[in-house]
Amino acid sequence: MRRRILPGFGISLGYALAYLGLIVLLPLAALAWKASGVGLHGLLHLLESPRTLAALKLSFGGAFLAALINVFIGLLVAWALVRYRFPGRRWFDALIDLPFALPTAVAGIALTALYAPNGWLGRWLVPLGIQVAYAPLGVLLAMVFVGFPFVVRTLQPVLQSLERDVEEAAESLGATRRQTFLRVILPMLVPTLLTGFALALARAVGEYGSVIFIAGNIPMRSEIAPLLIVQKLEEFDYAGAAALGVVMLAFSFILLLLIALLQRWSRRWAERAA
Amino acid sequence: MKIRTALFALAGTLLAASAMARDVTLLNASYDPTRELYKAVNSAFAAQWKAQHGDTVTIRMSHGGSGKQARAVVDGLPADVVTLALAYDIDAVADHGLLDKNWQQRLLENSSPYTSTIVFLVRKGNPKCIRDWSDLIKPGVQVITPNPKTSGGARWNFLAAWGYALRQSGGDETKAKAFVKTLFEHVPVLDTGARGATNTFAQRGIGDVLLAWENEALLATHEPDGDKFEIVVPSISILAEPPVAVVDKNVDAHGSREVAEAYLKFLYSPQAQEIEARNFYRPRSAEVAARYAAQFPKVNTFTLADEFGSWRQTQAKFFAEGGVFDQIGPGN
Repeated sequence: MRRRILPGFGISLGYALAYLGLIVLLPLAALAWKASGVGLHGLLHLLESPRTLAALKLSFGGAFLAALINVFIGLLVAWALVRYRFPGRRWFDALIDLPFALPTAVAGIALTALYAPNGWLGRWLVPLGIQVAYAPLGVLLAMVFVGFPFVVRTLQPVLQSLERDVEEAAESLGATRRQTFLRVILPMLVPTLLTGFALALARAVGEYGSVIFIAGNIPMRSEIAPLLIVQKLEEFDYAGAAALGVVMLAFSFILLLLIALLQRWSRRWAERAA
Repeated sequence: MKIRTALFALAGTLLAASAMARDVTLLNASYDPTRELYKAVNSAFAAQWKAQHGDTVTIRMSHGGSGKQARAVVDGLPADVVTLALAYDIDAVADHGLLDKNWQQRLLENSSPYTSTIVFLVRKGNPKCIRDWSDLIKPGVQVITPNPKTSGGARWNFLAAWGYALRQSGGDETKAKAFVKTLFEHVPVLDTGARGATNTFAQRGIGDVLLAWENEALLATHEPDGDKFEIVVPSISILAEPPVAVVDKNVDAHGSREVAEAYLKFLYSPQAQEIEARNFYRPRSAEVAARYAAQFPKVNTFTLADEFGSWRQTQAKFFAEGGVFDQIGPGN
């Protein structure tokens, strides 16, 4: 066997695999094992229910939209924080992590208090016909809130490492500002934007704590899939709950896989462009 | 040799000391609104036990949604006693072999030392003129109740409405179903638990009527800003019986059966009944009830047994997957 230059390969791989197995694979295997109680027939029956479908649509559709919004706002915020120096910048930068640290229930209650018909913002929005709290829009808002830091924090180091001379070269070759951004900077950012998107999406799909307070939880309208899981648990239907969990996991897996493929493709595309 | 003797002597003294004054710890798994109640009950019981036996009893509490607590006990929460919102949740614990299936016959009054009922909480002055269940489905009235699928209290709400509708229609279940279906179309927010629904109604200002445990409604009207609400007693409601039980497997493992059983019996004592009444639960003792008559309005009630039979049957018919509640909901 050839000796590796870097020592410790065996032990670090061993630890990595053991940890991964213990912390990720074992719970997932237990989930699948519990879910197998309902069988294929039960799984199909689950997917036939319009209520389950509506909840899955809201959870995944909402998460997708929220991640998309976060990519745009996150890029803007990360850009401002990296490129410009302004008073209070560090303070602002620290604020970004708040959605990470805040217990999600607190976030949900705060958002609901703001946007409820008697809240500070809600009392102006509701007369205009914009209902945020206790409506699907509230679900979206909570999902945007919890996913926001992911995009900013993944983009920041990449933006920092962008070489200024690339932009200068583009400009001296006669590119307009727009062209420089769209054809030079953006292609370099796309893989990172996709990473941020995937993280924000994954976070929003599984979000329960904050959404539950603001959603209103009306079946077919503002009921998220994780709530259906909780309802099944409440009926002591462990297998049904696990089955729905597996369905969500499968959807998430497919989505993340697609994003990873997109990322690979975009990286190649960026290399070819460069 | 000397050391060993010394050790034996030490162990012997320790054993003797522990036999004289044992420190006992009990864990009580309860549902959400009972925090204040059990805080008062626990210190009274600990004082009584200390006076009678000389032992110090510490009772630790775990609160949460009734169903969630039952699941926690099934999954290994070492609770010595469970004091939950409805018998079905303790049935579920019994189904997993943690206590005897006939647990409800072990204590008096269906193992419910105190009761409550379902009443309406409306805004001050009762602007929508809510007097009875039929007023809840008038156009423009919004009703707040938690989801019966996730909340024990909401199941009592649902059954109270069902019992009213059944009496109105002379026992016609189709009509009762139509009534509760319309009722739930008047619900703009379905919270997962009773406290959440109370917050939605009281803090967020949503809805005209809150269907609530009487003890929660009385608590809300006794808060500092309680004059913003009024309690309306409907023509008929359900007698909600929150049950208590000793978890056999856990007390046998902890050796705490004697204290745990005494603790639950204590809930029926005049002293505890007084505490329960002060915390807005209806006492079983007629004598204590008479003293608190001013606090509890007169309500016509039916019991679960009168109307529906056991909790197992009720759960299967109304709240299980595909049951009445699913049938009246949208998307089914």
